[in-house]
Amino acid sequence: MKFSGIATSIALVLGTCSAAFAQDITIEDPFARASSPAAKSGAAFMVIANAGDEDDRLIAAESDVAARVELHTHMQDANGVMRMIEVEDGMAVPAGGSHALERGGDHVMFMGLTGPFVQGETVSVTLIFEKAGPISVDIPIDLNR
Amino acid sequence: MNRKILLAGAVLFAGTAGALALSYVASPRDPFASCRDNNMVDYAEIGGPFTLTDETGATVRDSDIVDRPTLLYIGYTFCPDVCPLDNMRNADALYLLAERGVDARAVFVSVDPARDTPEVLADFTDFFHPEMIGLTGEQDSIARMADAYHAVYEFRESDDEYYLIDHSTYTYVILPGHGVVELVARDDAAEDVAALTQCLADRA
Repeated sequence: MKFSGIATSIALVLGTCSAAFAQDITIEDPFARASSPAAKSGAAFMVIANAGDEDDRLIAAESDVAARVELHTHMQDANGVMRMIEVEDGMAVPAGGSHALERGGDHVMFMGLTGPFVQGETVSVTLIFEKAGPISVDIPIDLNR
Repeated sequence: MNRKILLAGAVLFAGTAGALALSYVASPRDPFASCRDNNMVDYAEIGGPFTLTDETGATVRDSDIVDRPTLLYIGYTFCPDVCPLDNMRNADALYLLAERGVDARAVFVSVDPARDTPEVLADFTDFFHPEMIGLTGEQDSIARMADAYHAVYEFRESDDEYYLIDHSTYTYVILPGHGVVELVARDDAAEDVAALTQCLADRA
């Protein structure tokens, strides 16, 4: 009883914080793609803008379209070897600035698609920010970008 | 005494190697030199014969595949961003080359035969270009091929089937009778790849 009371107040406090910050974060020009209509993996790209006066950080992403959804980036070494790696501590979105998730760089990675990515349809993704909290976006699928 | 002979041998070897490198770099007989930005690579050391499985399940040799100017890439289809980006670039280069009367081919070699069955490869390559050919094979055959092409790849550990693979991202320009004549980095645009391939093919 007491415990659930504490949990509720924490949720309330968190809820209040989220409300204060979520409006500062906007998702611009999002698109999702897979390497082919039959692919088992996909990725989403977008520009995350932060109009607030406090730095934020994208720390996770969730979606039903894949068995696993992770934040990834690419690193290329001097010999042209590409490593795709999970970004464990998230992606910073500076106050008054933006952060681009773009081809060949940072992206939301969908591993084990539950269905095909069909051109023109959308995928629902919840982006979770350290301060702004969860923000849901419907991301259009564009296999040609 | 022995040490002196060894030393003399080493000096002789270094001298010969240096002279060979110089003559290679300066060789007026390399017909492709004027097409390239970088002639410091010993292209004769890269590439070679291979026997792999194509996207219909048939066994093919390099001589079956490289019967025209060929853009060859080594990767895996589970890669959702970089491999498609690079192969789309190669497919676009093919379209540009066709417009200019050069009948070229693109090849995608997968190092991931467990997931990249011939059917998966066919889906992947057909999405980019109807003439792009997907190849894979036994891990041994792939490892030998990659080694000959100085390509590296490494399977990353994973608890499930969603493993990732680090891999080289060069595209090899291969000409019949000449083998590998150029390595293209992934940040080169389709237009540049087409112009380069045409230049190389014209001099073959």
